[in-house]
Amino acid sequence: MNLNLTIISQSLVMMVFVWFCMRFVWPPIMNSIEARRKQIADGLAAGDRAEKALQDAHVEAGVLVKEARDQASEIVDQGSQRRNQIVDQAKQEAVLERERQVASAEAEIQQQTTQAREELRKQVAMLTVSGAEKLIEKEIDPAVHQALLDKLITEI
Amino acid sequence: MAGGSETTTTEYIQHHLQNLTYGKLPDGTWGFAHDAQEAAAMGFMAIHVDTLVWSILLGVVFLLLFRRVAKQANTGTPTRFQSFIEMVIEFIDGAVRETFHGTNRMIAPLALTIFVWVFFMNLMDLIPVDWLPSLAYSAGISHMKVVPTTDVNATMGMAIAVFALMIYYSIKVKGVGGFIKELAGAPFPINGWFGIITIPFNLFLELVGLLAKPISLGLRLFGNLYAGELLFILIALMFTAGSGLMADGLQHLFGGAAPFWFWIIAAVSIGLTLLFNLKDKISNKMTLGLVAIQLMLVGGLALLSGGVMHLGWAIFHILVIVLQAFIFMMLSIVYMQMAHEHH
Repeated sequence: MNLNLTIISQSLVMMVFVWFCMRFVWPPIMNSIEARRKQIADGLAAGDRAEKALQDAHVEAGVLVKEARDQASEIVDQGSQRRNQIVDQAKQEAVLERERQVASAEAEIQQQTTQAREELRKQVAMLTVSGAEKLIEKEIDPAVHQALLDKLITEI
Repeated sequence: MAGGSETTTTEYIQHHLQNLTYGKLPDGTWGFAHDAQEAAAMGFMAIHVDTLVWSILLGVVFLLLFRRVAKQANTGTPTRFQSFIEMVIEFIDGAVRETFHGTNRMIAPLALTIFVWVFFMNLMDLIPVDWLPSLAYSAGISHMKVVPTTDVNATMGMAIAVFALMIYYSIKVKGVGGFIKELAGAPFPINGWFGIITIPFNLFLELVGLLAKPISLGLRLFGNLYAGELLFILIALMFTAGSGLMADGLQHLFGGAAPFWFWIIAAVSIGLTLLFNLKDKISNKMTLGLVAIQLMLVGGLALLSGGVMHLGWAIFHILVIVLQAFIFMMLSIVYMQMAHEHH
């Protein structure tokens, strides 16, 4: 409990410690705290900005999706229209083709009928001539009676 | 307990409260005082070696810890230790900003030094009172007070340093005239003939008030820690009283003083019990039961109650040592603010 030189030594020691703390301890730590605080604040601000940008992007994306959907449905509409058109056209062409084929078939039939008829006439004429030959028992010279035969053929 | 079994209670307490004092011995040579009378006879030209060594050691520990963080200071992810140190720094910074409104860049480091240093010195109080002195005694050092803040020289030394800074800044900010005017011009203003008459009265009042600041600052810390230390010593005495009671039974058992190995076995068994608990080998309940039984076997109920009291006071004392360090720091900041204020 005696006051002695310790008291002054302690004061001096304290002054040295305070000086050291002030020179080498406080400023660097305080600077780093401040720098980190700023960094964190910047980071938070950047986060806020990013969130806002994200929201904007969401809105924009919605608009884009809607546009795309409209476009797609338009394209689908056009497509179905086009299909209808093509189907109609094909139908028309098919009808035409069928008519054409029918016509050609009919023509062929006609031609063959005519041919057959022609043949038949010729044979009938022959038969007639040979019948007549038997009736008159005389050879009929086709060359002599060609005019007659022709007339007969046209009459049949 | 240092000093052997033949020391009385009074001697034990006195031994614990005496610093290792270096000075001029009665026979004219220089050396360490052997008892309180010799230490007192040394007068002012003596030095408490234990106080200085421990306070410087703790101060250096404080500065090294903080310097380590200061050197690796960066803005990246801080380590846990760095975060803790920065938490302390921000706490001090907040306290200083709240109280001190000037731009003096010395106040915050001053507050940090005071707070952590005083806290470290107070913390020595929680080390069981006999450990370090016994160690020192067996190393041939007769006295050893390990808590610098229980030495009035240490606390008053710091208070005087704060006082010196107060005077320095008062004069720097207000000038010599301003400072004297502040001391002479309150509580009665210098106004007319009555004001002139009251100047000596004012000076007396203000000087007393001024001197009371460092004295109350230093003595408050000293008083609190000294009382706490004293209580720890008294509790430690109860320990020895307890083991004394038990020692009778042990004497019957061993036919003399309990041998050294008995205490070693006791300490190792308690240590092992706690270690097993930490490794989750035995449950908390079982650990408490085992430790209680071991303590009773070793020192009896008196020792156990002594241990409980020691633990209780130590837990309460944690509050006291932080609070006293904080009060010392806050008052220093307040005094610095007053030194910077213009009236």
